[in-house]
Amino acid sequence: MKKKAFLAALPHCLPVCTGFLFVGMSYGVYMASLGFSFVWPMLTSITIFAGSMEFVTANLLVQRFDPLGALLLALTVNARHLFYGVSMLEKYRAAGRKRWYLIFGMCDETFAINVSTEPPEGVDRDWFYFFVTLIDQAAWIAGATLGGLVGGLLPFDTTGIDFVLTALFIVIFLGQWLAADRHLPAVTGVLCSVAALVLFGADNFLLPAMLLILLALTALRKKWNKKEGAEL
Amino acid sequence: MTMTFPQAALTIAMVVLGTVITRFLPFILFPASRPIPAYIKYLGEVLPHAVTGLLVVYCLRNISPFRAPFGLPELISFAVILVLHLYKRNTLLSLLGGTACYMLLVQLVFTA
Repeated sequence: MKKKAFLAALPHCLPVCTGFLFVGMSYGVYMASLGFSFVWPMLTSITIFAGSMEFVTANLLVQRFDPLGALLLALTVNARHLFYGVSMLEKYRAAGRKRWYLIFGMCDETFAINVSTEPPEGVDRDWFYFFVTLIDQAAWIAGATLGGLVGGLLPFDTTGIDFVLTALFIVIFLGQWLAADRHLPAVTGVLCSVAALVLFGADNFLLPAMLLILLALTALRKKWNKKEGAEL
Repeated sequence: MTMTFPQAALTIAMVVLGTVITRFLPFILFPASRPIPAYIKYLGEVLPHAVTGLLVVYCLRNISPFRAPFGLPELISFAVILVLHLYKRNTLLSLLGGTACYMLLVQLVFTA
């Protein structure tokens, strides 16, 4: 049963694994450039396992000691996970003891796969979600550790490799767009985010953008329910 | 490294705590015994698409349409991903094509 679920999960994870190896490596290289051994990116990718927050944490570690600030920053940068959790309530709470790891390991990409993928016929759902989560995290840990080990020794210019993260979200966005017959939520998300970005600037827009999205979607609820099934 | 080891460990522990709270809170607020309110169900349905939109904007937050290179490397790479994805529907191909395009652009064309 486990082997079948693992083999079913693997192809869904390959694109993310590729992205994670690259971005994880750039994270490891980044920590190495700040003077940390490979043990640091390895341990943070096991314990924190939230990519963008790990980059931010590396930066925090070379600044003034401020644990409360670190906590607040983690809550803000990762507040989007609250949205993911709400989307996964029904899927994950049926998973028994495995749910603890499913929830712990629910990064952006794993969430994107598990929320949008139905396991094939005859494959155990919970083990499928479990292996998607595990394979993704293993790739991230491997990339971060490798990056920390090789440091600045890479034989080619890696400038711009961080775009792989952007490309990943664009591809996920396109995939969701093509699969959906109503695009109101996606359009709302982009418009609210751009509005918050213009109003609050690149360093402070994440929280206002999330509030704006929440308000807009709440206001649109009647419209959404009335036109259930209709093209939008 | 400017922090002592305990300080660095505590900083990481706080980041872990913050991250774990954001991931577990919905499941604690709505345990299996309590029915999920219709409003929360609605959010669960529409939020994933909206949040992906937010993440795309978040990744592109530092480009400026008023300053060279005017976000052109990102815009061109975005177009490459769009064309590749509509044409082939292969996630890995779109991902690598877009990233390679961006790397070539910032290393060879839009060199600052």
